[in-house]
Amino acid sequence: MRRAIWLVPTLYIVFLMLPIYWLLNMSFKTTNEILGGFTLWPHDFTVANYVTIYSDPTWYLGYVNSLTYVSLNTVISVGLALPAAYAFSRYRFVGDKHLFFWLLTNRMAPPAVFALPFFQLYSAVNLFDTHIAVALAHTLFNIPLAVWILEGFMSGVPKELDEAAYVDGYSFPRFFFKIFVPAIKSGIGVAAFFCFMFSWVELLLAKTLTSVEAKPIAATMTRTASTAGYDLGLLAAAGCLTIIPGAIVIYFVRNYIAKGFALGRV
Amino acid sequence: MNKTENQRAWFFVAPVLVLVAFNALIPLMTVVNYSVQETFGNNVFFWQGVGWFEQLLHSERFQAALGRQIVFTAIILAIEIPLGVAIALTMPRKGPWVSVCLVLMALPLLIPWNVVGAMWNIFALPEIGLLGRAINALGIDYNMTQQPLAAWFTTILMDVWHWTSLVVLLAYAGLISIPDAYYQAAEIDGARPWAVFRYIQLPKMKQVLTIAILLRFIDSFMIYTEPFVLTGGGPGNATTFLSIDLVKVALGQFDLGPAAAMSLIYFIMTLLASWVFYTVMTKNDAR
Amino acid sequence: MAKIGLRKLRHSYLTNPTVDADWAVKEIDIDWSDGGAYALLGPSGCGKTTLLNIISGLLTPSEGRILFDERDVTALAPVERNIAQVFQFPVIYDTMTVYDNLAFPLRNRGVDKARVDRRVREIATLLELDDMLSRRAAGLTADGKQKISMGRGLVRDDVNVMMFDEPLTVIDPHLKWKLRSKLKELHQRVRATMIYVTHDQTEALTFADQVVVMREGEVVQIGTPVELFERPAHTFVGHFIGSPGMNVLPCRIRDGGAFVDDCHVPLVEKLVSQDVAGQLELGVRPEFVRFVDDGVPAQVVRIADTGRHRVVETRAGGARVFVLCGDDEVIPEGATHLAFDPAHTGIYADSWLIGGGGPAQ
Repeated sequence: MRRAIWLVPTLYIVFLMLPIYWLLNMSFKTTNEILGGFTLWPHDFTVANYVTIYSDPTWYLGYVNSLTYVSLNTVISVGLALPAAYAFSRYRFVGDKHLFFWLLTNRMAPPAVFALPFFQLYSAVNLFDTHIAVALAHTLFNIPLAVWILEGFMSGVPKELDEAAYVDGYSFPRFFFKIFVPAIKSGIGVAAFFCFMFSWVELLLAKTLTSVEAKPIAATMTRTASTAGYDLGLLAAAGCLTIIPGAIVIYFVRNYIAKGFALGRV
Repeated sequence: MNKTENQRAWFFVAPVLVLVAFNALIPLMTVVNYSVQETFGNNVFFWQGVGWFEQLLHSERFQAALGRQIVFTAIILAIEIPLGVAIALTMPRKGPWVSVCLVLMALPLLIPWNVVGAMWNIFALPEIGLLGRAINALGIDYNMTQQPLAAWFTTILMDVWHWTSLVVLLAYAGLISIPDAYYQAAEIDGARPWAVFRYIQLPKMKQVLTIAILLRFIDSFMIYTEPFVLTGGGPGNATTFLSIDLVKVALGQFDLGPAAAMSLIYFIMTLLASWVFYTVMTKNDAR
Repeated sequence: MAKIGLRKLRHSYLTNPTVDADWAVKEIDIDWSDGGAYALLGPSGCGKTTLLNIISGLLTPSEGRILFDERDVTALAPVERNIAQVFQFPVIYDTMTVYDNLAFPLRNRGVDKARVDRRVREIATLLELDDMLSRRAAGLTADGKQKISMGRGLVRDDVNVMMFDEPLTVIDPHLKWKLRSKLKELHQRVRATMIYVTHDQTEALTFADQVVVMREGEVVQIGTPVELFERPAHTFVGHFIGSPGMNVLPCRIRDGGAFVDDCHVPLVEKLVSQDVAGQLELGVRPEFVRFVDDGVPAQVVRIADTGRHRVVETRAGGARVFVLCGDDEVIPEGATHLAFDPAHTGIYADSWLIGGGGPAQ
């Protein structure tokens, strides 16, 4: 029985891969084949769907927009979270106890209804339909998360490192960037990964805060689904392309994923 | 670690607070403001007091959506937590397969939520979907666009597909942090696998499981995008969960007052449930 | 309780060990008698923990056999070997009370309730844990937790051997000696075969009847604490045990006598020069060096007062030589001469003892 234990994760991974395979399968089919009948693999193999996406700026700009605000958000979130996490890990002050719960409360606001106030807020400050608007909006849930993860890594760095640096005559900013930041490099990587991830998968706020200029790829997809009838092949191809950035990022941090989840205190 | 008492630390936290206040407090205040007023358009508002709240709490439609939401979240937690722990327990601890498992398992977490919905729509459609075809081939009549039960089944399966990996990764992280000596001691003490799980693995996973349960509770309680794309809340109102209902009210009928009141109730419910769970789970540690 | 035999034991963590350095444990043969207290002593990475894990069954050796009372247990799992082990970091079951922790190994073996209760209370008294039995084990201090891990081994009265893997590492210094003497006392009361792994000579020498000194996967010497001190079989043992360690000076052998700097050093037994090959060294502990008017020429370099005695560093015969002096002794300044106690002076060839002084074998 012990021998067969690898079957459990294997079956689970197969279950995870099936819908993805099906999406991939669809993306290489022609519309005729999709509607014509049920086939387990594309008999009439075509890359036309991908060509359409590649040649139509409303499609590929969607990717550019998404990647732009996701990157912006990651930089802002991690950049602002660094000093905050340092404070949480090194000092005791009023209200520092419930960091984790604070992270949660920010996730608890039902985005469906907060979308409208967000729209009004960002219109009022003239940021509607800009990349920075989405990037800022996503900091709502990403900053607490980044603070939480970074705090876990920073607490693992002994305080003696700070003290030694001060004794050696380092000023705080020099110590922070020259010594401390390199010491928690992997933590920053993990935090950036999670910020990227949550900003990349979120759609509701991104859709609400944009119309043309900064429209995310995922929103372009929903529009296609509703207006251009039901072009499933194109939809599938676009969907497949949205998986790729995540897959690349996850490949780079694969050795830190488990560690990143373990750190951080409740 | 001994921390220095230092109120100047707020200085480091200030930029974060400003941004969060901008993002969280202003919209929240706006919602509170809506929730106590009535509008007939043209930006004219009238004081309504707690009227919307009273009306809402007695509305059958709200109660039905809330009921569906609670059942859905309960099922999700009952499946994903044990399943995630079980998979984490059976995963390899070292060797080349660890990375393969982690990367493949984390993949669903990185797919935009509406793509998840669209993917499962394509996957589960009775005519062209692999899942739909397969179930029908087994002789079971299955059509998620028409049968409420099939719609529920598909939605739950989709959520299990999407989020179990989060539980797996968290539980796995907890497991690999257990030093070998614990397993060796248990082996010497003659502990059977169940005892090892009950007295070593489970206690050591408690912290990460607390996080997992809280995150899964909150996210499943507020689920919107995926079922909206998958089923659109149908057939009928079968899969109209709270968020979907909320958006129908807010945007579809443009009833800002009731929608705002509803989202506040919603927010407070989530907050309370999480707080109770969080306090209970972390209180035990202190003893 | 059982006597333990290791037969031609070798272990490598690699699947295909080729060179000597691939072996974590190089061919070991040892016999330990029933009820003895033994210590495995050596610097970190010398293979002592590997050896311990092989005896407990957590590791299967690449080659060789392990015998418990002449019964081959090499292929048996730890449970079947009926052993107990205390780890470097206290391993306790956090969620259980102290009582349940102690009862755990017995309950797992299906021992009846009344007997479990009797044993747990007995051992708790022995370890002075009686008043904490109902407390959660997680709340105890490190030494309390370590006592629980010991207790989980002691509750089983049929244990073949109890093993300790540097059990005092995480204990506060002022509690270390307390726990150490507790351990010694326990051994005398329960008379179990005990094996204690450590890199701390004080721990090893105070606990064990017999100490196995290891280095780079090899046993360099097995002996009582006194033997290790008075007659180190290898210069490594001389260095590693004692503070400061044994002085080692290059020497030559002529006409059965030893010479340092062309100065004759008297030895107890005569060495036959034909036996002697390799790099020759003379070893003598600082305790057995005295200042004299005529002997090996030396130069006093510095004096350190440790409180109990003074350690004088000198240079003689091209090496550093320490001399231990009592408070009332007069320490010469500058150039002087040293004499070595013939009964405690050994001659080493390629680091191994080949003859010289020491108590008759």
